[in-house]
Amino acid sequence: MSVDTTRAAVPPSRGTAARRASSQLSARPRLRLSLLLAAPLTWLVLVYVVALAALLVSALWTVDSFTGEIDRSLTLDNLKEITTESLYRTVALRTVGVAALVTVVDVLVALPIAFYMAKVASKRAQRILVIAVLTPLWASYLVKAFAWRSVLSDGGIFQWAASPFGLDTPGYGLTAVVITQAYIWLPYVILPIFAGLERVPNSLVDAAGDLGASPWTSMRTIVLPLLVPAIIAGSIFSFSLTLGDYITVNIVGGANQMLGNLVYTNVGAANNLPLAAAIALIPIVIMIGYLTAVRRTGALENL
Amino acid sequence: MILSSTVRRVLVALTGLVLLVMYLPLVVVVINSFNPSRTLTWPPTGVTLEWWRRAWESEGARDAVVSSVEVAVASTVIALVLGTLMSLALQRYRFFGKSSVNLLVILPIALPGIVTGIALNNAFRGILGIQLGILTVIVAHATFCIVTVFNNVQARLRRMGGSFEEASADLGAGVWTTFRLVTFPQLRSALLAGGLLAFALSFDEIIVTTFTAGAGTTTLPIWILNNLFRPNQAPVVNVVAVVLILVSILPIWLAQKLSGDTEALR
Amino acid sequence: MRLTTHTSRRAAGALVASGALVLLAACGGGGSSSEDTGAAAKLGENEGQVSILAWPGYVEDGSNDPEVDWVSAFEKDTGCQVTSKTYGTSDEAFNLAKTGDYDVVVASGDLTARMVASKQAAEVNTDLIPNYAGVYDFLKDKEWNTFDGKNYGVPHGYGANLLMYNEDEVSPAPTSWSSVFDESSKYKGKVTAYDSPIYIADAALYLMNTQPDLGIKNPYALDDEQFAATVEVLKNQRANVGEYWSDYLKEISAFETGDTVIGTTWQVIANSVEKSKVKAFLPEEGSTGWSDTWMISSQAKNPNCSYAWLNYIESPEANAQATEYFGEAPNNPEACEFATDPTFCDTYKAGDEDFASKLWYWRTPVAECLDGRTDVECKDYSEWTKAWTEIKG
Repeated sequence: MSVDTTRAAVPPSRGTAARRASSQLSARPRLRLSLLLAAPLTWLVLVYVVALAALLVSALWTVDSFTGEIDRSLTLDNLKEITTESLYRTVALRTVGVAALVTVVDVLVALPIAFYMAKVASKRAQRILVIAVLTPLWASYLVKAFAWRSVLSDGGIFQWAASPFGLDTPGYGLTAVVITQAYIWLPYVILPIFAGLERVPNSLVDAAGDLGASPWTSMRTIVLPLLVPAIIAGSIFSFSLTLGDYITVNIVGGANQMLGNLVYTNVGAANNLPLAAAIALIPIVIMIGYLTAVRRTGALENL
Repeated sequence: MILSSTVRRVLVALTGLVLLVMYLPLVVVVINSFNPSRTLTWPPTGVTLEWWRRAWESEGARDAVVSSVEVAVASTVIALVLGTLMSLALQRYRFFGKSSVNLLVILPIALPGIVTGIALNNAFRGILGIQLGILTVIVAHATFCIVTVFNNVQARLRRMGGSFEEASADLGAGVWTTFRLVTFPQLRSALLAGGLLAFALSFDEIIVTTFTAGAGTTTLPIWILNNLFRPNQAPVVNVVAVVLILVSILPIWLAQKLSGDTEALR
Repeated sequence: MRLTTHTSRRAAGALVASGALVLLAACGGGGSSSEDTGAAAKLGENEGQVSILAWPGYVEDGSNDPEVDWVSAFEKDTGCQVTSKTYGTSDEAFNLAKTGDYDVVVASGDLTARMVASKQAAEVNTDLIPNYAGVYDFLKDKEWNTFDGKNYGVPHGYGANLLMYNEDEVSPAPTSWSSVFDESSKYKGKVTAYDSPIYIADAALYLMNTQPDLGIKNPYALDDEQFAATVEVLKNQRANVGEYWSDYLKEISAFETGDTVIGTTWQVIANSVEKSKVKAFLPEEGSTGWSDTWMISSQAKNPNCSYAWLNYIESPEANAQATEYFGEAPNNPEACEFATDPTFCDTYKAGDEDFASKLWYWRTPVAECLDGRTDVECKDYSEWTKAWTEIKG
């Protein structure tokens, strides 16, 4: 890192007012902090927190199914419905299962490639690999999902490639959803793990090797523990992005539905925002639970 | 790092395999853009340039790319400003509720898009009574893009430490001068990386966009979705995707070159 | 006008239903609806622009495909510049229409009643639309475009939900919907169905024919018992469904690759399947279908250009272009001559009244039974939606 010291020399003060403001600021860290926080906090609270709170409140409303007018008297009916009807439990479990599987697959796939990128590849190869990992992000999500539809179809490339091993295409269904989602979100998992690995000093692993640890042992006992926050950071992306998805499951999921579909059907097709909001509570609760659980690991600083 | 050649070979093989799988569907997309079948079925029955011609002539696709770029640029700029402010506040100060603020920044990306989408839709239309349009999309995208900038800048600030800034202040530089001459130059590559990721995130976002875009606001993903439902347009979508992949390599490569260190692109 | 027993029964039902609608509109109140001032008596100067809310493929200005363009001619003729927005579902359209940003809305039968009841649609004076005269009589003054004896729109085109099957995989050739309901296990995992709560009506129509004891008279008017029986049929079918389709492309590709071999379809989809031998037909029970209506918003800022558009899109040339592009039957016999495909009208059975009489066009299920029963309450659309998510499980 280089700081141009000649340029960093303080320029002569121009406006006295600006000068005074600046020294005021230097003297008052609290004021500085408030000024820094004011804009982003206002934005997040006004745009996001208010919107989320309003959504939660609307879960307590009902809707006139014919005129589509919302009845704003408070009732727990929607909440009762999503907690008692078995449909919502089944779909929620299915969705969490798919999201968890996607995350596991992504992490398992990301670890070796990220390790190769961070620790083995030359600087030049590393640069090319980062580009190679990032490029698929730019092909539209929808286009990629439809490409997988084609790959997994009856007589598609998957079947062709798998038949010599006596395997068949899984067809459209939850397996296809896991494959497609894992594929789409993979770059978002590779990148934080790669960055996390770069921060693990080579000397540490080498020292373990010198002391007689096998590569596998040093990997398990030294690298992985240091990598946990990065892995969790990556998992937040894959897990949450899968949790709310309804488009991929429409394209390759066969007749299955996930939480996103239930929300979408209710808000899009049935115009029932209150029930949709109540259903949306399920992923909200799951995600907030997950985030608070992992907050202590420092993962949130590694996203 | 010292690794045995077997481990190296295994790693090379795995990396190659992962890349192969990553690019296989993209190859399918490229091939399908020359596939005469209107419905993207495999295997292709021949070769045609018809879809490329149509894509070239498609005003709708061009307009959609323009609005997507507008949205992505605007929301990236907002995210850059807000994300940087936020990370300076959180990394350089201690205050009550800090971890809650941290969580708040992450929430828009950590909660599923459909939740963010219906919440903002409801807020814009139901509470504020604003007409949905390109502005509402920008606001929505900026909200979930803040986190990518925030994370990159925060990581950089953490590694930088505060000693240079303190030195600058000790030498008599004002707050703004210190930021301009000391902090900002060190943040540049982190900002570039965060900005690029924010741009990518916004450019390809479909779910939140569906709920926040108004009449006549057609971003590229929305155009793609609409055209997949339109008779005989699906292959044109493939052409657009191929063009996007090709075009995207340039900014990524440039960013890599400019930032100088790969860490910047995480 | 010739009425089959089937349509006259529906007309009677509609009368009761529309009475209920008026009542509902009267006490519903609220919203941003404007005063009902009746239909326009005469037209004035064109305003220079018009905004239209439509299904994808209904308002094409050449921006997606330069050869597909019937908007430019209208703009040139009338000086009304068209801006348009497409929607994916009737409910999305309803939400958008309520913003008041659109002068003209094209609505399917599951939307028109709601548009009228919420006072979003204005009464239309068909005398101001010269091309209306050429429209098929059997599409005029129907319960989905006429309420309380007043016209609230003009027909666009119509189509049927047909049964399609892969001729190489399905034998003997099916003749009834039973092949996708009671006998669907024969094609386990390769059956498809339309992904919308409105598909419940298809199963109800099937039960109407196979289980007369249930007393279903109209597939959109189901009481508790009838509804439960219908949902049961669909839950059994679910076990054999490979995937549900709601977009065009998905079903075509599934039939081409062989992932799906039988299921409900639209004629235009059947036409587009190239790689496998498929056949689409109207099963003996008849079927559900759609008939779309051009409506003018009660909040229209450009009423004159709106009328100009309605007249233009009713013209045989424009109607032929639009309906042929989307893949449905046109609304008037003359349109057949303007189609680029000489077999267009035969393919889509345009003007075939016998065919049309077997169709139950999409309606919005409401609590006041559409078949005129007053002693029971019918399941409304929100309950259909709920049941649909349960059927899919």
